[in-house]
Amino acid sequence: MGDSIIQFLETWSPIDIVLIAQNFDRFLWGALTTLQLTAMSLIIGGLLAIPLAIIRAGNNPFLNAPVWAFTYLFRGTPLLVQTYLIYYGLGQFEWIRETFLWGPVLSQAWYCALIAFSLNTAAYSAELLRGSIVNTSQGEVEAAKACGFSNWMRLRRIILPSAFRRALPAYSNEVIFMLHGSVVASTITIQDLLGVGRWLNGRYYLAYEGFITAAVLYFIIVLLVSRGFRLWEKHWLAHLYPQEAVKTKPKKGLASFRI
Amino acid sequence: MKFTKLMTSLTAAALVLAMAGVSAQAADLRVGVEGAYPPFSWKESDGTLKGFDIEIAEAVCAELNRKCVLIEQDWDGMIPALLARKFDTIIASMSITEERKKRVDFSDKYYNTPAKFVAKKGSGLKITKEGLKGKRIGLQRGTTHQCFMEKMFPDVELVLYGSQDEVFQDLAIGRIDAQFSDSIAADDGFLKTDAGKDFEFTGGDQHDEACHGPGAGMAVRKADTALRDDLNKAIRALRENGTYQKINAKYFEFDIFGG
Repeated sequence: MGDSIIQFLETWSPIDIVLIAQNFDRFLWGALTTLQLTAMSLIIGGLLAIPLAIIRAGNNPFLNAPVWAFTYLFRGTPLLVQTYLIYYGLGQFEWIRETFLWGPVLSQAWYCALIAFSLNTAAYSAELLRGSIVNTSQGEVEAAKACGFSNWMRLRRIILPSAFRRALPAYSNEVIFMLHGSVVASTITIQDLLGVGRWLNGRYYLAYEGFITAAVLYFIIVLLVSRGFRLWEKHWLAHLYPQEAVKTKPKKGLASFRI
Repeated sequence: MKFTKLMTSLTAAALVLAMAGVSAQAADLRVGVEGAYPPFSWKESDGTLKGFDIEIAEAVCAELNRKCVLIEQDWDGMIPALLARKFDTIIASMSITEERKKRVDFSDKYYNTPAKFVAKKGSGLKITKEGLKGKRIGLQRGTTHQCFMEKMFPDVELVLYGSQDEVFQDLAIGRIDAQFSDSIAADDGFLKTDAGKDFEFTGGDQHDEACHGPGAGMAVRKADTALRDDLNKAIRALRENGTYQKINAKYFEFDIFGG
């Protein structure tokens, strides 16, 4: 029975499904690498973005200028170029190869990709969050001042929580862009999801099989991520959704007055 | 009325032009080449393509009395691009293998050189299953060498690159323990250059008939049997009239046609 199904697929399927099934574990490992790399970059990039956004929203020119330069540099150049600069570019200098960073970090493709991706997403997220901070309603800030909040307390209790909430829908796009951007990893020898697709193409000269499988898996991941963000938004931005009318049931006690 | 007349004559003119375009194209031989695989093909800084494959391609076109149009293509996409009719034949040091014969047809071989490992001088690397276990071996994705390594040395950590240039680059700075490729490509493209002066061939010639096949051939689409026969005639003619030997002598000290 199983053999006849395989026989049928091999004869009639326009794409080689059997080959995909045989190598499916490789695709799952590739997907795991993609997820790891994206998640780690988003965590590191996100943590970097918060102080950078606060600096960009503030008015200290000595701090603002270098951060401005950083975000413009990383948003103004392609991620592929940034990754090549870190992977191939840094490796070119002998003095860098002699530092302690070379062996455990910069000689590894995975860490090179992590550095490039983290800095890239930090730049985008910082500008996103800056916009959100700057647009905080003045009323909220003044109310906090009137209540005697210090600068720090105002930032921590009022401005940042509100800014995070408002930045969330746009940030979900940044997460999906980062996931898509992570395909760059496959150009520096990392076997991510696209890397496995390219491996299959390289081994069996079947472009469609490798890339369609990768595409389907990327699609599923993006679907889950965007679903997750919708739920998160519902939770965090609940106060912005139209409220359902409060349902009232007639109380038993009142009903008993009816005649 | 006048307008219709104008339109008719314009349409007729367009048709004539289009047909002229078609007939001119039929005379051209569009050849897919790589340009990142010295000494067989590389790109000068002014963008012109040079190398053994390029000169053989031009000699074949001259032999067939057809104008050569060289089309550059990344190695990964070589066969898909041929099938998608971006060009009519691949002359890019592509080995004739069983796996590739499932997708395309090949001319007879036009050269055959052995594959070898390259490692740092005095690395003491043993080319055995035990000696290579867990070692990082770099090679170009989608080559016969990928097939060979996965078949003969499954315990090796393969690091796959898009082009041979990138393999040499990472070998030079120590990201990989050794590389595996065509011996001529490694000798001329790396060992004889400044970057490769601390490296040497390790172990002897490596060959697996199923993976490496009889040598490099010119690939055509399966339906193009006439073109394949033309290419075979041209290769024989070049061997007989001494053009092959002349081109060979420009690049190599021995006859790379093989036995």
